[in-house]
Amino acid sequence: MEDLILKLKKEIINVLNREDITPEDIDTEAPLFGDGLGLDSIDALELIVLLEENYGVKIEDPKEGRKIFNSVKTMAEYIQKHQKN
Amino acid sequence: MRGRIFVTGIGIISAIGKNAGETLESLRNSRSGVGPITQLDTIYKAELPVAEVRLSNKELAEMTGVAEYQLTTRTTLLGLIAARETARHAGLDPSEKQFLTGIVSATTIGGMDKTEINFKNFEKGWPYNHFIFTHDCSDSTEKIADYLGIRDYLTTISTACSSSANAVIHGAQLIRHGIVDRVLAGGTDPLSKFTLNGFHALLILDKNPCKPFDRDRMGLNLGEGAAYLVLESERSASGKKVLCELKGYGNANDAYHQTGSSPEGLGPYLSMKEALEMSGLGPKAIDYINAHGTGTDNNDLAEGIAIEKIFAPHIPPVSSTKPLTGHTLGAAGAVEAVISIMALTQGMVFPNLNFRTRIPELSFEPVKELTETKKVRNVMSNSFGFGGNDSTLIFSAC
Amino acid sequence: MEAFIRGIGNISPQYTYNNAFFLEEVVPHHSIRMLSREPDYKEYIKPIQLRRMSRVLKMGVTAAGICLRDANVETPDAIITATGLGMMEDSEKFLTSMIDKGERLLNPTSFIQSTHNTVGAYIAVMLKCNKYNFTYVHNFLSFESALTDAFMRLEERPSERILVGGIEGIAEIYFQITGSAGFWKKEPVESLKLLQYDSPGTIAGEGVAFFLLTKRPDPGNYALIRDVRTIYKPGGPKDIQEKIDHFLDKNKLDVRDIDLVLLGLNGDVEHDRIYHWLQENCFQQNSQAYFKHLCGEHYVASSFALWMAAKVLKYQRIPQAILLKDNRTPGKPIRNTLIYNQNKNITHSLMLVSSC
Repeated sequence: MEDLILKLKKEIINVLNREDITPEDIDTEAPLFGDGLGLDSIDALELIVLLEENYGVKIEDPKEGRKIFNSVKTMAEYIQKHQKN
Repeated sequence: MRGRIFVTGIGIISAIGKNAGETLESLRNSRSGVGPITQLDTIYKAELPVAEVRLSNKELAEMTGVAEYQLTTRTTLLGLIAARETARHAGLDPSEKQFLTGIVSATTIGGMDKTEINFKNFEKGWPYNHFIFTHDCSDSTEKIADYLGIRDYLTTISTACSSSANAVIHGAQLIRHGIVDRVLAGGTDPLSKFTLNGFHALLILDKNPCKPFDRDRMGLNLGEGAAYLVLESERSASGKKVLCELKGYGNANDAYHQTGSSPEGLGPYLSMKEALEMSGLGPKAIDYINAHGTGTDNNDLAEGIAIEKIFAPHIPPVSSTKPLTGHTLGAAGAVEAVISIMALTQGMVFPNLNFRTRIPELSFEPVKELTETKKVRNVMSNSFGFGGNDSTLIFSAC
Repeated sequence: MEAFIRGIGNISPQYTYNNAFFLEEVVPHHSIRMLSREPDYKEYIKPIQLRRMSRVLKMGVTAAGICLRDANVETPDAIITATGLGMMEDSEKFLTSMIDKGERLLNPTSFIQSTHNTVGAYIAVMLKCNKYNFTYVHNFLSFESALTDAFMRLEERPSERILVGGIEGIAEIYFQITGSAGFWKKEPVESLKLLQYDSPGTIAGEGVAFFLLTKRPDPGNYALIRDVRTIYKPGGPKDIQEKIDHFLDKNKLDVRDIDLVLLGLNGDVEHDRIYHWLQENCFQQNSQAYFKHLCGEHYVASSFALWMAAKVLKYQRIPQAILLKDNRTPGKPIRNTLIYNQNKNITHSLMLVSSC
């Protein structure tokens, strides 16, 4: 789980072009959207692509995304639950 | 005191008809043009419904006498057909020396329908690199201008889904300021893989026919088409058969987000308000609103809230005709302006297909059945685009 | 139909983003394309917004910011942008991705930012500006269309302050393809000697130039744009000359009243013929200058020319680097400039800019 969380943080920074932060800056349980990292709806779409491309986990309904992307922790949990091995 | 702007001609081609007559028949009979993809070569062929003009480029070219259809964008071909119908309808003769004639056309695709096919082959030279010359947005405008002999003023507008509504606004402004006496204003957009994939990546395409203003709406269906109006000053319209008057218009920016409307629909509210103010009409005078109504989560709620803010408690009949024509993007403003004008001239309010359940946050439902009994005197048409670009047109009987 | 220029923001292949300077240093380019000298964007845009912006979007938003600061205006009353190709870099990115990935798993950001009105939209969001917002996209007439719209608006609302900008950025793939189609010189050229190559093609350029327009007289104004005109497919050079005379006459001027003509010569031996004819038969008594050796050829190069005219009129000096012919009367102030630009004898444009 720890490895996955670190990997996710790096991928988030990469996909969302956040050159201004490091994985250490991202609190695993803090909200990613709104006040947290300040991500928006376009970022949510990019994260949906990320999940499918890197983990084979498909999110059909973007509204589901809000819960899944609440924090890095919830993302990691969702991946572990749905990833096909 | 602003000069009056009259509409003396309309022309349209879309999934529901290759001219105004066929379009009206489809509207009357609620015959939707939404169906499976037959012309684009895409992996989403079996998955996403669209509203196609069921004519190949070859067939479109034959209708207009264009010799080399392979070298012409679909944008231009659709535009030529609609523009020619409009010009004929208005009896527009650009060679008349006593009047200056302009064209304001709009598109979001430009020549991308050809570029996307030839992109990887451009280095091979001719004929692939020919499409460098047709790629940008002005190509179709100039081809239409040349076809009809319009030279006095040309320009092209591109503001996403409000593009051709803005073309109508700009056309009216050019007339009011004496730069031209009459304008062919409207827009054209074909279907393309580029936009299909783009909207798909945004997750706002419905895998079924769209349901604007429905609680369970799932997104939009893309469409294609072209439509134009001939707008004239009082002086140049004199002695001509006039369809209606362009009584008011407005453009505002939501300034909220690149792709979404503000939850309270501020931009839509401002554009409708401005159009009403210019028209001198109170909200109660509006007999029908042809909504932008794409069927997306965001638009329909924001637009609905804005409509309530202005019109409640006397909300006029509202419908989106996108379940018939699809969302024709850059052409939508003009396509729906033509449909709004038909509502006026025919005394009809067109239904909002596929509607079942009201959006809980709204107090109104869209029109479900074709209504022919009502006297329709003032129609409002909305077009709201990406980048928060929101436009409203008001047409009045005269 | 006229307006004062109250503020300017220009990012171009020269050091123009700092308004304190006016070509004291001229940047030569030895190339077939001229890329912009860019400021530090972090001064104008927060990192969280900067991160997903393409180069042209950064240039666009920043130039607008510089312009508004220059004019001391926080939020304009309208935003009108002009571009020939729009957000080509984003279009290329999305298109390439779509083809290479077989339409699967496409990142939406570049699609969202590929619409032509993206710069205008971003400015509106950043300033929370709910006002009128249009984008014109008619090749070499885009900028002039935007100006025309601004003038009409100012006639109706004379207290407004309108932000108008021309935006064009070189995108890699498009540049290569247009090169193979013969748009550019075959070999790298010295930009400052652009008119000395007796060969076809020109040098590709780019730039973003924003202007804050107003009807209010103010000592801080740069110049007065008195009129703008676009012409489509005229007859030969004589017809163009007639139209120029008519344009000036309409503004109660004669060609002799023009202290400086700014010409859109671009070094393409075919393309420049019309200019040469006019230089000898219409403007032979005027001082003449050119600008595309500084900004390159692109759809909104005339916005760079407007920047140049505004600076010439404000500082009352004509940099040596732009002068082709000096017919100035010593001691006479520079009052009227005329910008003339054309492409393949299809689209022509005129701008009359005077001191104020």
